[in-house]
Amino acid sequence: MTTPTPASTEPADPRLAGTFSLLAPDGTPRRPELLPLGPEVLRLYRQMRRARLFDDRALVLQRQGRLGVYPLFGGMEATQVGAVLALDTARDWLAPTYRGTGCALAYGLPMHKVILSWRAHPDGFRMDPQQRLLPFYVPIGNQLPHAAGIALAERRRAEREGHDASVVLAFVGDGGTSEGDFHVGLNFAGVYRAPAVFVIENNGWAISTPTSRQTAAATLASRGEGYGMPAVRVDGNDLLAVHHVTAEAVARARAGEGPTLIECVTYRVMPHTSSDDPARYRDEAEGELWRTVLAPARRLRAYLDRAGLWDDEQEQALAAEVEQELRDALVQADAAPGLEPWQILDHVYAEPTPDLLEQQAELRALYPQRGAGQ
Amino acid sequence: MSAATRPAEPAATRTLTLVQAVQDALAVALEQDERVMVFGEDVGMGGVFRATDGLQARFGEGRVFDTPLSEAGIVGMGIGLALAGERPVAELQFAGFLYPALEQMAVQLGRYRHRSQGRYTVPMVIRAPYGGGIHSPELHSESPEGLVAALPGLKVAIPSTPADAKGLLLAAIEDPDPVVLFESIKLYRSVRGEVPSGRHIVPLGQARVARPGQHCTVLCYGGMVEVCLAAAEAASAAGVEAEVIDLRSLVPLDLATIGESVERTGRVVIVHEAARRMGFGAELAALIAERHLTSLHAPIVRVAGWDAPYPPFTSEEALYRPDARRVALAVRQVMQY
Ligand SMILES: Cc1ncc(C[n+]2csc(CCOP(=O)(O)OP(=O)(O)O)c2C)c(N)n1
Repeated sequence: MTTPTPASTEPADPRLAGTFSLLAPDGTPRRPELLPLGPEVLRLYRQMRRARLFDDRALVLQRQGRLGVYPLFGGMEATQVGAVLALDTARDWLAPTYRGTGCALAYGLPMHKVILSWRAHPDGFRMDPQQRLLPFYVPIGNQLPHAAGIALAERRRAEREGHDASVVLAFVGDGGTSEGDFHVGLNFAGVYRAPAVFVIENNGWAISTPTSRQTAAATLASRGEGYGMPAVRVDGNDLLAVHHVTAEAVARARAGEGPTLIECVTYRVMPHTSSDDPARYRDEAEGELWRTVLAPARRLRAYLDRAGLWDDEQEQALAAEVEQELRDALVQADAAPGLEPWQILDHVYAEPTPDLLEQQAELRALYPQRGAGQ
Repeated sequence: MSAATRPAEPAATRTLTLVQAVQDALAVALEQDERVMVFGEDVGMGGVFRATDGLQARFGEGRVFDTPLSEAGIVGMGIGLALAGERPVAELQFAGFLYPALEQMAVQLGRYRHRSQGRYTVPMVIRAPYGGGIHSPELHSESPEGLVAALPGLKVAIPSTPADAKGLLLAAIEDPDPVVLFESIKLYRSVRGEVPSGRHIVPLGQARVARPGQHCTVLCYGGMVEVCLAAAEAASAAGVEAEVIDLRSLVPLDLATIGESVERTGRVVIVHEAARRMGFGAELAALIAERHLTSLHAPIVRVAGWDAPYPPFTSEEALYRPDARRVALAVRQVMQY
């Protein structure tokens, strides 16, 4: 299993003590032998920048009334994108939290669907049948037992069909580790050696509650031992480190060696959601280091620049490309038809019950004018 | 000190929003009884709705504090605190997130007194913001009051005015039994009213006639009261005087006030936000039918959420949540007989 970064390197923030990392905050390689090669690094970097550019714009769109309540992930993009890109999205499952917009983008959910999701439009929630992306989980922790169940099913299928297993990647916040479902999910996955990978996005805060109020233990990774699974604590702002550790865990899971717990130590530099004001509960100077020196893009940019793999021009081209993608996505999202009122009663059952058909007729009578394009 | 021996407070009042009235009640309770503890997710900084604003600064972290993110833990620990003599007042951040605590509520909270034949009691209060109307995301607009009211041993109250929010909460804290208070998210800031200062009690189990009328009875609570009052206003313009009764407390239920009104009007409309099937309205309709069948001139009509989950598509909540027009149509319907 991956070992932590040598203790000789003084962490920039005490929270990072004992975490695994591949690049120092200034971009200096810590474990050159483990660094991926050029094109792969660029793929990771581009996806991470794309996710963050989306997040920055999402807040603007929310302020303009073009998105509903939006949970920002800015500052955590290395954790979300680095972990998700370790999946084979053609076969592996992803269970994100409600803060998992960066996860969904990296997994391949088209941008207009992401926008529709945060507009609370039903088309945003309508997944393509081949997608193994579960809806953004709003109730904290519910995804973990599901991940164990899906992973068990995948293990059984793999055994039946004689191949290696599809893997489930499930996220949870540091706050979410306090819910009973965290225990239930990890315990079940451990007992059944399910091909699941659990990522704790330890971003320091659960709304106004700091991690120190969620656990008396020194680390959240230490819980892995209690569930009989290996656990790694990783610098969550180090894209390559998160990716490396998750890829290892996914490979283990696929090979039938069971689940892994990964604690990504990162920071929520943004408000909890677009309607939150963090100044009410935390000293904003606290996040300064994470917003600047430890920012995920900064260290990778420094590394890429030095390796001659990237420059300002390419950065600008990437920003323009993402901007165009966003513009197209907005046009497509705006074109999505409105609901017919009675559709709020669709999909309750496979076949609507007689009672629901009656209620749909009632809705038709009540709102004859509404519907497409409202 | 029992409620009866406590000195009466001066009757001064202040104009407060509903959420400010809740905060006022908590401050009074913390002030008057050192056993009272206020806790939940994020309550230290005031909670997402600011209901506990300023309380931690005033009463200290020992009595007003954040818990780990676990509703089962919040209610379960509260039960333990209450068993050992404290007066826990727990906040569930949104009623839609009380489900993880439902096991503790169903299996323990309401049963201790009965199971131990009075040896152990759980004088605990749970506050939960409920209902829709502010375009919140999925599960932030749930109305699980029927589910909770179905659990024997629990009391359930739902205020619709700032004065009632304070009075019912203080009554709940002084009550010897576990009480769950659902507070309408929509009403938190949209209503203001005169609230008596100091210790103000609204006894559990007393309904309020929010608008008198002689032609039909509209039964409602919480976030639906203002909707029903608007519908009654509209009906009045058409010559129908609807009596709007704000139940205030579902358990215990004020059967006397309901019965008096139904006997007089003979026509009943019941309104709530929760889905209609198995909603609290079903219980009300059954009770009224059992007791007042011969006085009824029309079938009892329910206006409620549809039998589907509250839509996660927030733009569509206006279709789901009963509005004044739907209530007015129901009034017209019962008047046709
Ligand atoms: C079961 C449940 N309880 C409460 C909430 C309300 N809530 C939404 S986010 C949140 C904090 C989550 O913190 P954490 O798990 O650390 O994730 P983060 O927001 O930091 O990504 C809370 C309490 C909820 N969504 N679900």
